[in-house]
Amino acid sequence: MTEHSAPPRVPFWRSPTGRAWAFQAVMLGSFLWLAVSMYRNTLENLKTRGIGSGFGFLHSEAGFRIGEATGIPLPQGGFLYFLISLAVGLFLSRILARHLKARNEAPLETGWFGLCLLLSIGLPTATLYIFRDSVEIAHYTESSSYIMALATGLANTLKVAVIGCVASTFLGLFIALGRLSPNWLLSRLCRWYVELNRNLPVLMQLFFWYFVVFQELPGVKQSIDLGGWIILNKRGLFLPGLVPQQGAWLFVAALITALCGCWLVLRRAKRMRDETGEPGKRLVPCLLLMLGLPSLAWLAGGTPFLLDFPVLKGFNYSGGMGLTPEFTALVVGLTVYVSAFNAEIIRSGIEAVSRGQREAARALAMNERQVMRIVILPQAMRVIVPPMTSEYLAIAKNSSLAVAIGYPEFVSVGGTILNQSGQAVEIVGIWMGVYLCISLCISFAMNMYNARIALVER
Amino acid sequence: MVHDIPDRLPPAATVGVWGWIRANLLCPWYNALLTAGSLYLIWRAVVPFWNWAVVNASISLDPAVAKQHSGAAWGFLREMWPVFMTGIYPAEERWRPLLALCLVLVMVGLTLLRPLRRATWLRAAWLATHLLVFAIIRGGGFTGLPAVGTHYWGGLMLTILLASVAMIAAFPISILLALGRTSNMPIARPFCVAYIELIRGVPLITILFMASVVLPLFLPSNMELDKLLRAMVGITMFFSAYLAENIRGGLQGLSRGQYEAADALGMSYWQKIRVVILPQALRIVIPPMVNNFIGILKDTSLVGIVGLVDLLQIAFATTSNPKWFGRLEEAYVFIAFWYWVLCFGLSSYSQHLERKIPSAGK
Repeated sequence: MTEHSAPPRVPFWRSPTGRAWAFQAVMLGSFLWLAVSMYRNTLENLKTRGIGSGFGFLHSEAGFRIGEATGIPLPQGGFLYFLISLAVGLFLSRILARHLKARNEAPLETGWFGLCLLLSIGLPTATLYIFRDSVEIAHYTESSSYIMALATGLANTLKVAVIGCVASTFLGLFIALGRLSPNWLLSRLCRWYVELNRNLPVLMQLFFWYFVVFQELPGVKQSIDLGGWIILNKRGLFLPGLVPQQGAWLFVAALITALCGCWLVLRRAKRMRDETGEPGKRLVPCLLLMLGLPSLAWLAGGTPFLLDFPVLKGFNYSGGMGLTPEFTALVVGLTVYVSAFNAEIIRSGIEAVSRGQREAARALAMNERQVMRIVILPQAMRVIVPPMTSEYLAIAKNSSLAVAIGYPEFVSVGGTILNQSGQAVEIVGIWMGVYLCISLCISFAMNMYNARIALVER
Repeated sequence: MVHDIPDRLPPAATVGVWGWIRANLLCPWYNALLTAGSLYLIWRAVVPFWNWAVVNASISLDPAVAKQHSGAAWGFLREMWPVFMTGIYPAEERWRPLLALCLVLVMVGLTLLRPLRRATWLRAAWLATHLLVFAIIRGGGFTGLPAVGTHYWGGLMLTILLASVAMIAAFPISILLALGRTSNMPIARPFCVAYIELIRGVPLITILFMASVVLPLFLPSNMELDKLLRAMVGITMFFSAYLAENIRGGLQGLSRGQYEAADALGMSYWQKIRVVILPQALRIVIPPMVNNFIGILKDTSLVGIVGLVDLLQIAFATTSNPKWFGRLEEAYVFIAFWYWVLCFGLSSYSQHLERKIPSAGK
């Protein structure tokens, strides 16, 4: 733009900027007016209904029963030290890595990496081991506070969400592979599985599993019994439980160390292959680590876990790990529903990789497994991960439907508190805040993973 | 020297029915295993269902007869199906929802006729249809029909009504939200982003609770909102956020040239949006919007939790009737049938549209 072609000045109500500002001023003004009037209405309504406000009620006694109270480690004593040492360890190792990078030393080349690992994993584990006797696990009782009740509900929600995410991913993967298989019958079967499940509301599926499937199951005396390992009846699903013994801590520590060791071995093998072209040794050292360390721990500390089988006592099974019908129905329903979506996402991701890629890989004399692992999957993952993120979010959010079948998760516990205390604004606020946090955490984690696998463009 | 090589038939093993079976079901050996496994699964699923639904079923209207059969009692559905359709809507007034349905179907049929699609009177008629449907079902006032309060509405009618109202009401809101989010207005943009991300981050059920429990607190004490209306507000709020994200996708799918060309022609902002941008952007996002509508249709089942009797809750309402006590399986088969037909039909339609509508790049 040169000087002489400068546009003539327009009055501000004709200029787009001026209009935009006027529009926004109106918007802000009406929003503020709405907020203030809503605030005043709320105060007045609460006063006429005799309902208190503020979060003080959270400390009062809950007084209701929660059928399934997951234990929550209290952030005090040993657990607090564990959290502190975890934060300190991660922070220190991060600083160390930064420092090494600044000095242009590859952190993995040196022994510094071991130190990092020690700081971020070893330190917290050691703290937990030292203070293991002072970790207090709080269990909700009727005399606990509302906060405790909400925390128990949240723990139940997270439990369902994590199990649902993992299970639906694997189930979805199998269904997707089935749909892609050249076997006509299998691919049709998987297709109809998907079409059936994703076109029915998830709440209806939950009702189906809870009210129809569980009601049809035999009673306690005629339980479906698979060799004493899996027992299924109207009262729930019973699995053997693991009872930690004296040597459990040592065993778990050895297992974690072995896993970290394997990771190191694999990394080293990959680097060797990249640098020298020689395939590094992988299988033997990994097997040695994975078998050797835990069995040494077993020998040193005695049997780490005992299997506790559920046994029929009186009118119900006891011992082992009993899953209530509500929990089982919720997890199965959510898993089946979301797996249909996951299957479609995975299938479309794999189909999105162009045929030429597969053919080129075959031309390079790769075998089917290599084609899948080295060529197809890394490219498919880029397509798969973003929509999978929203499915994981959907599981976390849909777990709130448990309120309809009476599983005590976050929303249903909150609903009970709402009925008791009448403090609707606070409870709904807590719900939204917590779910927002969960959603943000899942998005954050998946975005980090996505950034790692995304296409690196030159 | 030229040899005539006689034509040979293809190997018998690759053509015909047997060849197809060999290629698709039996070879190589693990395919045969997969086929056997699939057959076993189908057998285990279909045979009990067949026995229950056909072999051992009864279609008698008498519950005593039905009790003698171990299978399904289809008499329950024969007697109760109008309740599944309209809930506890008074039986003698059931012709009114039917009339409304016919009205909508006629309108849809007219819209599908190609020459009528651009007629202005048809658009006006669509606007009138919404009001007319409401007037017919609600009654009272100028219609001269007995009024039927919203707490009598239920069943499939309520499900479809909730989904349609949510879609229609969420549409303009979501266009504004999407425009706000893609604009560069320093106050409006963060508002839209915050609204969309907040709503998308929380489950529908918390929003429904908010609409049913908290919303009355926000309103002046002399203002009472209907329970159905509160649920509609909740669902509309929820879906406007999701719809806005879809429409934003469409807005971003247009090339910058479209915006710049409209600016160069000296169009005002709203002219640009109305004449150039939205017609193209919305066309791209019709298939995802149909998918969104399927989502609304399925998620309206949640209104049962805040006390409305939609298609899903009718199952409990009808089976707690002592005459047909506990016939939950039959009820669920019927409900599943409706949900499935509606959702599958819509998703097939959206796939058809996806093939038909050229993508943004072309």
